[in-house]
Amino acid sequence: MPETELGQQIATGTAVATPDPSSRGGRTTHLRVKGLNVHYGDFHAVADINMDIAPNAVTALIGSSGCGKSTFLRSLNRMHELIPGARTEGLVELDGQDIYAPDVDPVLVRRKIGMVFQSPNPFPTMSIYDNVAAGIKLNGSRISRSELDGVVEWALKGASLWDEVKDRLKGPGAGLSGGQQQRLCIARAIAVQPEVILMDEPASALDPIATQAIEDLLLELKKDYTIVIVTHNMQQAARASDYTAFFNVGPDGPPGRLIEFDTTQKIFGAPSNEQTAAYVTGRFG
Amino acid sequence: MSTAQPPVPVLPGTTGSELTAGKLPQRAVPAVYGVAALAAVGLALAGMNRALAIVLAAAVAGVFLVGWAWLVEGRRRAIDRLVTISVTSAFFAALAPLVSLVETVAVKGSARFDAEFFTSSMRNVVGEGGGAYHAILGTLIITGLATLMSVPIGVLTAIYLVEYGRGRLKTAITFFVDLMTGIPSIVAGLFAFAVFAIFFGPGIRMGIMGAVALSILMIPIVVRSTEEMLKIVPNSLREASYALGVSKWRTIVKVVLPTALAGMITGIVVAIARVIGETAPLLVTVGAITSVNGDPFNGRMSNLPVFSYDSYRSPGVPPEPYLQRAWAAALALIIIVLALNLVARLVYRRYGTHLR
Repeated sequence: MPETELGQQIATGTAVATPDPSSRGGRTTHLRVKGLNVHYGDFHAVADINMDIAPNAVTALIGSSGCGKSTFLRSLNRMHELIPGARTEGLVELDGQDIYAPDVDPVLVRRKIGMVFQSPNPFPTMSIYDNVAAGIKLNGSRISRSELDGVVEWALKGASLWDEVKDRLKGPGAGLSGGQQQRLCIARAIAVQPEVILMDEPASALDPIATQAIEDLLLELKKDYTIVIVTHNMQQAARASDYTAFFNVGPDGPPGRLIEFDTTQKIFGAPSNEQTAAYVTGRFG
Repeated sequence: MSTAQPPVPVLPGTTGSELTAGKLPQRAVPAVYGVAALAAVGLALAGMNRALAIVLAAAVAGVFLVGWAWLVEGRRRAIDRLVTISVTSAFFAALAPLVSLVETVAVKGSARFDAEFFTSSMRNVVGEGGGAYHAILGTLIITGLATLMSVPIGVLTAIYLVEYGRGRLKTAITFFVDLMTGIPSIVAGLFAFAVFAIFFGPGIRMGIMGAVALSILMIPIVVRSTEEMLKIVPNSLREASYALGVSKWRTIVKVVLPTALAGMITGIVVAIARVIGETAPLLVTVGAITSVNGDPFNGRMSNLPVFSYDSYRSPGVPPEPYLQRAWAAALALIIIVLALNLVARLVYRRYGTHLR
């Protein structure tokens, strides 16, 4: 894989030894969340979240609409800060480094923790090739054309899209089908070589075949990345994830809280919380 | 696979069931309007005012069609036709002044729309001959300078308002931009005149003064149109860019602006077209002159609107050559605006982005 400046450290100006990705298998936590609270102005969105997210696994966030799971997902790479008035308390650590520390640049956080959105959003002005290369080009990286070609091919292969688009890389990204566009967005996300990929209902706008392709892709991607996925589809969570977190709001409404977090097998097989049991069996939500 | 026969389509009206309904003959609408057009021509030849004949014939045809449809097709379809006819007629009514204006200018302007008009100035010309080369040059220079001043200010203001602005400052800027939109053009001209009079003394006349006056009129239009274009860039594209670890400024420059570019260019051209015909502010700031002046920082400069106005207001003796030059100048102005619009259209078609 070509060396790029994208591999630089999160904290600006501080050189911390990068953990070797291959050694991550020995550790149990990639992202650690402690006492996380998110407010939008006066609105308390999520409260007191504690969660250890395992490396090279798929962690699914489930729960009914408005329970704060998307807000929580976005707080993991500080995307929620784009909304004016967003405030965060608590700790989110990536390999032990607090991403909310004062000297941390959120832009650099997002290079390590990428994101895929609900509806496919390829850049309409760019070709398929340029969409995948966007993260590298837009960051002003000066890598050679042949290296860039290599990264684009690698990313498209990683997103299982290469065979479908290799003959029309110069074509517009918006000309692909919805499922292909979403895989293009995944290729775009992995092209900057993040460690964690956050997915916000990546398959909810897709048909079952395209959804299947995304789920198959999750199993491939988790070999190299840590994946956190929000889904409304409980079968999807059961099929594709290793860990599941169930969010819910209390009887008085927000904030949303983490009700139960365990292995997917446990959550769907023998949940220890009554609300979780009710939700996963379809009795509410 | 092939056992299922395709179902035979049962169209309303083919089975005699309750789904059938009366219908006007297929070519009823063009036929009625064809008759109306002939009637209008007849009335006009018989001595009636041309416009009145057209309006009368169209109104009668419309009423006739609606009445006929009511009898044959029933109430719902008659109302449908009434609304269709009203909307279409409104469109043609709105088009009428435009067509009339272009026709008048083209007819009256073509008398002097010749090579000499575009190659010579009015220097030492009395009576026939001469041209508007100096005025065309002046208009292009003044409008070009105005555009150079307004586009950066306007576009950057719009970027601030859409991407950065918050709270009171944003509200205040939006308010003042709205206010600027309503400034009468003569006020902009007097303002530019007053500003330059402070530094160069009263009675100063320069091309750049006109450009400043025009840019005061242009800036709010550029801000407004650019703002609208930036607003319709989907937020999901900004998010996608941020999620790749791209900074805000690069996101704006590399993602937001390219997506909105074609629409922004169209807006800028509209702004140019809006100010290129301004007469009053140029009258007080750059004045008029009969010879060529290509230096916007030195002395009076002629320009098409003022040239046209001057020739019409104070023609010499005999007045005909002056009036013909005034109309030719108006025609040249319209053609310049038209050409700008065409360029904008081509840019849009070539580089336009289809936003979902």
